[in-house]
Amino acid sequence: MNADRAWVATRKGLFQLQHGAGGWAVAGTAFLGEPVSMLLPPDASGRMLAALNLGHFGVKLHRSDDAGAHWTEVAAPSYPAQPEGATGPAWKLVQVWSMASANGVVWAGSLPGGLFRSDDMGSTWQLVRSLWDRPERLQWMGGGYDVPGIHSLCPHPTKPQELLLGVSCGGAWTTRDGGATWANTSAGMRADFMPPEMADNPNIQDPHCIVRCAAAPDVLWCQHHCGIWRSTDGGANWVQLTEVPVSVFGFAVAVHPQDPDTAWFVPAVADQQRVPVDGALVVNRTRDGGRTFETLRRGLPQSGVYDLMYRHALAVDDSGRRLLMGSTTGGLWASDDGGDQWQTVSLNLPPIAAVRFG
Amino acid sequence: MARVRFTPQLRRFTDTPEIDSSAATLCDALEAAFAANPRLRGYVLDDQGHVRPNVAIFVDGRRCLGAAALADPLGPDSAVYVMQALSGG
Repeated sequence: MNADRAWVATRKGLFQLQHGAGGWAVAGTAFLGEPVSMLLPPDASGRMLAALNLGHFGVKLHRSDDAGAHWTEVAAPSYPAQPEGATGPAWKLVQVWSMASANGVVWAGSLPGGLFRSDDMGSTWQLVRSLWDRPERLQWMGGGYDVPGIHSLCPHPTKPQELLLGVSCGGAWTTRDGGATWANTSAGMRADFMPPEMADNPNIQDPHCIVRCAAAPDVLWCQHHCGIWRSTDGGANWVQLTEVPVSVFGFAVAVHPQDPDTAWFVPAVADQQRVPVDGALVVNRTRDGGRTFETLRRGLPQSGVYDLMYRHALAVDDSGRRLLMGSTTGGLWASDDGGDQWQTVSLNLPPIAAVRFG
Repeated sequence: MARVRFTPQLRRFTDTPEIDSSAATLCDALEAAFAANPRLRGYVLDDQGHVRPNVAIFVDGRRCLGAAALADPLGPDSAVYVMQALSGG
């Protein structure tokens, strides 16, 4: 990872940030004016992907082989022919909502709920039918969109056959055999937005974002529609954390890459009112596995703020010290010390979908 | 020959060849254009081969609508315009 470089995917283009003596600053743009829904930051050789969601002309995927200096359109994931009478959402790509790479495989999660894999860095894609054909998929619901979608992809760093993903609204799903079979791994999550007898149904949970600790991969953190959950057994069981100050509602979560007990969240009032509590932008941090949280405010605006950090717009770098978060109204803030102190990078970017280091 | 033209809005994404085609249907005329630039197909049609909802196609001044639009007949001198609808953002 290039520790001094970061990427911001926005409603109006992809912005490259560079960290210099004065902190982070915009160093370049690509696809200016076009909606960028997700990016995969450069690998060691400089190869990276950007997913566009053109309003009229569909979802497009572009690849760079030189860390964003030049871009070439490559094949976008595409659904196969929809069988006659197939129920559920149309077999049409609505958005590339998530991308992750591990062990030579690139995964792309999509609206309306299909998982795609590429073994050639995006040149070709295959729909993972073993998940798409699960009968439970037809009970998934939209969460923020008309159709369900896969927003979180957590490959296991040392077990190439293992991948956990998050679906809004369909819970967490895990494969341990490279995608041949899948199991819903949402036990413990609870959905207050459902009738009481369905609240524990693993297949309708709305995990807004799930992240995995790189150094302790069995530890996963989840910012759920109804609160914050943590798993220490690879997703087999989830425990709700209740001692959360300010608000348990939010979209984003980041976990320290070396310390599985440290994670960051950006609270908002509630699902019905997606703004910071009392107009003050804060970050909640735990350093003891969620038993206690600190509310971090230094350097963040504390009045008249209506910014919301969406699920992919909070990121931590490989050191665990640098953080970036971007809002749906174009604010971008950075910390170089794990969130103790924040700096404003910009208040004038387009609506921010995703932030990534690298 | 029917002539197929694409909105200039598409040129910032991909090549938009102007095609003269003896095709008898809209579908076949578009296929001739897609043969010249295969990348163009995904900008006009979705995964299922349907015209994207915010792409507007006109033949001789009439908008082609509905699921069967691609089967619309073309005359020997038809003018086909593939445009960007103002719906869709």
